Amino acid sequence: MRCLLRPWPEARAGFDLDRPWQLHPQVSVRPERFGALLYHFGTRRLSFLKSPALLTVVSSLGEAPSAREACRAAGVTEAELPAYAAALETLAGSQMICARVSS
Amino acid sequence: MTLPLVEQFQYGLDAPICLTWELTYACNLSCVHCLSSSGRRDPRELSTAECRAVIDELERMQVFYVNIGGGEPTVRPDFWDLVDYATARHVGVKFSTNGVKITPAVARRLAASDYIDVQISLDGATAEVNDAVRGPGSYATALRAMRNLAEADFRGFKISVVVTRQNVSQLDDFKAIADRFGAQLRLTRLRPSGRGADVWDELHPTAGQQRQLYDWLVARGEQVLTGDSFFHLAAYGEALPGLNLCGAGRVVCLIDPVGDVYACPFAIHDSFLAGNVRAPGGFAAVWRESELFADLRRPQTGGACQSCSAYDSCRGGCMAAKFFTGLPLDGPDPECVKGHGERALATVAGAPPRPFGDHSHRSRPVPVSIGARPPASPGPDRACDENPLAGFGPGG
Repeated sequence: MRCLLRPWPEARAGFDLDRPWQLHPQVSVRPERFGALLYHFGTRRLSFLKSPALLTVVSSLGEAPSAREACRAAGVTEAELPAYAAALETLAGSQMICARVSS
Repeated sequence: MTLPLVEQFQYGLDAPICLTWELTYACNLSCVHCLSSSGRRDPRELSTAECRAVIDELERMQVFYVNIGGGEPTVRPDFWDLVDYATARHVGVKFSTNGVKITPAVARRLAASDYIDVQISLDGATAEVNDAVRGPGSYATALRAMRNLAEADFRGFKISVVVTRQNVSQLDDFKAIADRFGAQLRLTRLRPSGRGADVWDELHPTAGQQRQLYDWLVARGEQVLTGDSFFHLAAYGEALPGLNLCGAGRVVCLIDPVGDVYACPFAIHDSFLAGNVRAPGGFAAVWRESELFADLRRPQTGGACQSCSAYDSCRGGCMAAKFFTGLPLDGPDPECVKGHGERALATVAGAPPRPFGDHSHRSRPVPVSIGARPPASPGPDRACDENPLAGFGPGG
């Protein structure tokens, strides 16, 4: 499995929920009461996940066929989906998550 | 979730986001403003085995990285071994150095690891201004280290500057030096901690300089790091990048060379001593169970600052700066941009508390007057140094 360091090229109009994603291999995740802290050892940036549900989504991205499936499995409703897509887009922009490519 | 993250952080985390670890009080320099009064090694300093045990704990607590300092940490003979030990356990290391040991070979080795970041201290953009504070030859040493890192292709190492009355006019020059070496500039606030207590009156930026610093920082945004150390300047209006919160005992702390745990690197005094890593339960027990830390994590009242319109922005400023200038902890910061600190300082009766533990070289008395030229134009200032929330961006 390979990781694309840039967000998926066609996804510029928004986050592509229908393709596979994964946590960046250089990112560490630490669960906290409010959600989680993320640290990227490559960019040396900290970030955070503002809810335990978002942590569940991010943690399962690497195994899910698509981000949409990861959200569904974590109990995210259709109405909540845009907010989750926006959060994931931010994470992709800062390289905390990256598009997963089968090799 | 119910509370904004700033509120969550106020109540503390299960483990620090990062912490400062002063590995030794030994140092080849005698900087006049040294926050840990370093110079001589303390014979009780943690052994290699004890340091490794601390690193094991940090790994278990999932502390992402430690800010290692001193003293000059690289003069410890086991320094590189400890760095390797930490990074092998995915505890990242950012260390502060005056550059004395950063040879071309060391620079190449450092550049090869993703888990290591280096911070070179520089307190003047010219040898004249720098060496007045850090000692003769220290400018040349720092520049040589930077050149070695750049030649080893270590991108984005940090150049760390304590902003003073004497160097605040050189901010553009510092930025140019950082750009020249492919480094990132980091500005931090001078605290009246350690030997800094003796020179704070002469070195801390004037009110006009603080304003200039603020404007300079706002204009540069995230290009320049601040370790969240100038959050007291948020009272001017727009907040600087970062969480703008005193992280002492909540998200940061200090482990000193003998294993004592303090609320923050600028608060080396019995009043802020939470425990020692050598006690049963180690560092985790201190972080999770210390009464002092529990106190710091309770909601703060704001005291005399409560009625100030800027309190929500500056939150009363830096605890250590207040303490070592003799101000009450629930009052204004001595460098309060509204001028409340200056007025409060005028009413302080008696001597302020003294920093705890002097490790200064006995043979080299610290000069108390520094021969810096007057600034050509006033510059700004910075306040809080080791807050790990610096550069914190929302991820979701």
